[in-house]
Amino acid sequence: MTVTPTRAVGTDFDRVEAAEKVTGTARYAYEHAPDRDTVYAVPVQSVIARGEVVNVDTDGALTLPGVIAAVWHGNAPRLGPADDPELALFQSRRVAYRGQLVAGVIAETLETAREAARRLRVEYAQEPHDVVLRVDHPKMYKPSKVNPAYPTDTEYGDPDAALEKAAVTVDLTYSTPAEHNNPMEPHATVAVWENDGLVVYDSNQGSSAVRDTLAGLFGLPPDAVRVIAPHVGGGFGSKGTPRPGVVLAALAAKVTGRAVKVTMTRQQMFALVGYRTPIIQRVRLGADEDGTLRAIVHDAFEQTSTVQEFAEQTTTPTRIMYAAPNRRTTHRLAPLDVPTPSWMRAPGECPGMFALESAMDELAIACGVDPIELRIRNEPETDPESGLPFSSRNLVACLREGAARFGWADRDPAPGVRREGRRLVGTGVAAATYPAYRLPSRATARAEPDGGFTVRIAAADIGTGARTALTQIAADALRTAPERVRVEVGDSALPTASLAGGSSGTASWGTAVVRACEALLRELDRYGGRRPQEAAADTTAEVEAAERLSRHAFGAQFAEVGVDVDTGEVRVSRLLGVFGVGRVINPKTARSQFIGGMTMGLGMALMEEGVMDVEFGDYLNHDFAQYHIPACADVPDIEVHWVDEVDDRLNPMGSKGIGEIGIVGTAAAVANAVHHATGVRVRDLPIRLDRLVG
Amino acid sequence: MRPFVYERAEEARSAVAAVADRPDAMYLGGGTNLVDLMRLGVAEPARLVDVSRLPYDTVGVRPDGALRIGAAVRNSDLAAHPAVRRAHPLLAQALLAGASGQVRNMATVGGNLLQRTRCAYFQDITKPCNKRNPGSGCPAREGDHRNLAIIGHSEACVATHPSDMAVALAALDAVVHLEGRDGPRTLPLTELYRLPGDDPRRDTVLDPADLITEVTVPALSFGGRSHYRKVRDRASFAFAVVSVAAALDVAGGVVRDCRIAFGAIAPVPWRARRAEEALRGAPATEDAFAAAARAELGQARPLRDNAFKVPLARNLLVRTLTELVVA
Ligand SMILES: Cc1cc2nc3c(=O)[nH]c(=O)nc-3n(C[C@H](O)[C@H](O)[C@H](O)COP(=O)(O)OP(=O)(O)OC[C@H]3O[C@@H](n4cnc5c(N)ncnc54)[C@H](O)[C@@H]3O)c2cc1C
Ligand code: SF4
Repeated sequence: MTVTPTRAVGTDFDRVEAAEKVTGTARYAYEHAPDRDTVYAVPVQSVIARGEVVNVDTDGALTLPGVIAAVWHGNAPRLGPADDPELALFQSRRVAYRGQLVAGVIAETLETAREAARRLRVEYAQEPHDVVLRVDHPKMYKPSKVNPAYPTDTEYGDPDAALEKAAVTVDLTYSTPAEHNNPMEPHATVAVWENDGLVVYDSNQGSSAVRDTLAGLFGLPPDAVRVIAPHVGGGFGSKGTPRPGVVLAALAAKVTGRAVKVTMTRQQMFALVGYRTPIIQRVRLGADEDGTLRAIVHDAFEQTSTVQEFAEQTTTPTRIMYAAPNRRTTHRLAPLDVPTPSWMRAPGECPGMFALESAMDELAIACGVDPIELRIRNEPETDPESGLPFSSRNLVACLREGAARFGWADRDPAPGVRREGRRLVGTGVAAATYPAYRLPSRATARAEPDGGFTVRIAAADIGTGARTALTQIAADALRTAPERVRVEVGDSALPTASLAGGSSGTASWGTAVVRACEALLRELDRYGGRRPQEAAADTTAEVEAAERLSRHAFGAQFAEVGVDVDTGEVRVSRLLGVFGVGRVINPKTARSQFIGGMTMGLGMALMEEGVMDVEFGDYLNHDFAQYHIPACADVPDIEVHWVDEVDDRLNPMGSKGIGEIGIVGTAAAVANAVHHATGVRVRDLPIRLDRLVG
Repeated sequence: MRPFVYERAEEARSAVAAVADRPDAMYLGGGTNLVDLMRLGVAEPARLVDVSRLPYDTVGVRPDGALRIGAAVRNSDLAAHPAVRRAHPLLAQALLAGASGQVRNMATVGGNLLQRTRCAYFQDITKPCNKRNPGSGCPAREGDHRNLAIIGHSEACVATHPSDMAVALAALDAVVHLEGRDGPRTLPLTELYRLPGDDPRRDTVLDPADLITEVTVPALSFGGRSHYRKVRDRASFAFAVVSVAAALDVAGGVVRDCRIAFGAIAPVPWRARRAEEALRGAPATEDAFAAAARAELGQARPLRDNAFKVPLARNLLVRTLTELVVA
């Protein structure tokens, strides 16, 4: 396998589009204005959680000056099949959740469209709804797989007997609430039909996937659809698959023959762009007196909608974390009258590791073993379930390095005894992990007549710095300076690429870019350096031929909290993370990813909760005044480090994804610190003062 | 949102006339609450009369030390005013504990006093709410009410008043100056607000045409020994879960006088007169402070999910007073 000589890779190369972004010239989807007069479509959402749309009286809305059309099941064009039934807009009268799109109103101005949408009279036949997740829900079933393609359950040895016999056991139930992805840029699309084809400027995590979906829905060949998304203001998984807004825009543009803009309001996002399912998890651990694990059992109970099965892979990290001869992991789902959950930063690992790493802390206390030592004692040599070797695994190094930097050595394990003024202070640790995925992609590289290079790939830079990282990777592969390389991403007209998801982007696209660049150098060689030359690469065969290994990144998260003894207010005073993520392409943008992930983990620990309105069936606190994420004042000085990790069996860069692991384990570290501070174990997130004030 | 007419008032009388004539006209201050409610469809005025540029935009100190605060003074400016910071630190602290710098730069004193509840149902026109739509019901009672009232609420409405500033002003015996249909009048701030009873529609006793022109705060000899403490779910930019405004006058270990008000526990800024009564003449000890808290919070009737506010309010009061003794 080729290892590129490292020159640009590993440096703090400035974000290539930084100047455009800070000067406001970087255009995001909604800011695009096609030549055609642009009009505005506004979604109309269901106000019942289950039932049927009987009729939509559009008359009142259409009399408003400036209103062009109102579309609903009764008059909408029929669409082709959709993989995701959430995208089959207005194809059925069924209402599967409160907030689902039942109509769209199109008008000359956004204000008019909104007012008309409000005036639209929708008549429903309402049925009783069922929106509360419980372990004993009668509809709880075993899905055939969990996301993206993992076995639903696994079992090794005899976990029940081992638990029975174990010297020390813990049997604990944790819960995490619905959590909502809220990228800074709401989902937005500008759609226009041109010469029988469709062009959309869209905010998404992968233009190739949006193109294929739209082509299917509108019965077009894929090359008749163009999806343009040069800049995207975050996604966190919510833009990983096309959402209803892009379909509404394309449909409205088709109906009106105009260019149509659609954007989600913050409130609409709480129903329409996916969210992390609430999860109830039971973790049972059985160990010897010294903490050596004999049994691990991890069961997850989750919700999905009646529209589509979405099976969060919550207990999958437990399959690779610790050695134990007897083990079982399971997932069960209840289809409820709720919006379909979807991808949210570190789906599976993030909630699953909250439960597992809290339980490990509880086991450490039960055994009287230091929590870091407990993890080291249970470090597996090979993947504990598949038996495969790890491509690399540096959990122990991360824990040790973190312990040294954080000042763990002097820690008194006794809970509830450290006072600083009116605050109880405590510290906690948790492990983190995330798979190192890689998906097939294509890329081209071109040697331009002026001596520069252009690399093209339909990758997505959703604010992560992907464009910058690929520039560095290409420069090294081309043995040139990054300033001479121009990377074009964010357009489905470019070579088809995988999406920005599963922390797979840099590994997947980077492989394709390296291969295209290598091919280009060969071409240049062959033609004596004569320009222009162009070469292409498709990594399907390479990715499929990869050797069988267990590929994961690991990390250690440390937290210090202060809990007000009078009010129970928890504030995090320190977060420190150490990660083993292969070669870090760009330390500056990588740090931002870790810090962002850890900040989001802090929010998960202390604040984030979608409150289900049981009576009406939607998430009640659907704006930022009510749904809290950390404010600047909540975020302490976060320290991020990584251990030197060489893993040349992953991809030509030797890199692992870094976009998600930062959120994994943070909540457990905080919860463990809260216990250390107060002696109170909070197993239901978020940890709010309600539970700590007395 | 529904189309509306915007006009800027030049002086108080014409502003009042502009609103008095039209049932669907409203005053506009900084717009940080009203414009949000218009976007949500909760407020649908056909005419906005902007009173933020009226000449009530200064803070003055009277010879007796009383403060005269114009209704159009921005929250940030009031918080930064030297006289406020010196004589009434709790008022400056309450202002700075509210919202964010950007919101405070826009928000006016008049608008702050009349901001509406943050009850989630009130803000969602697809759901019933007695305050927004009388007689439609109060889903918060059985639904989400974690951060709603424990005291002073009614069967019809359990909402809280969200203002921080108003809690400090309630403790300080502030007086609200009004220009109404029949000319000017004044009202103690604690009488401005009304409990919901069986008509939660109105938060205050004001007529829609009543224009707040000024707020006066009488001098308080021990105002310098005062504090506003706000408990919230994150470190900034969050409404209170419980707050307390307190001023304390202690001599020889005995409480000579005090002012106490709670926020976020009631439909109104809650002046804690029973606690004050219990404290006057009592020893300045934690036990006496706890007894005073009990005297006030004994009337609390928490809902299913907000009983934690009772010990929280008690602890907060005891701690705030204790720190004022030491200060
Ligand atoms: C995200 C966010 C967070 C916030 N957090 C907090 C917080 O933590 N604590 C807190 O206390 N507040 C908070 N607020 C609320 C904020 O304090 C209020 O929105 C603000 O004080 C309202 O003042 P305004 O001048 O903008 O009022 P407007 O929105 O202009 O008006 C509010 C009401 O007052 C009426 N009105 C305005 N001026 C007058 C007058 N002179 N006479 C009669 N009627 C008048 C209007 O008709 C309207 O009904 C927050 C607001 C936002 C948006
Ligand atoms: S508490 Fe008051 S404001 Fe909230 S829903 Fe009930 S009536 Fe409406």
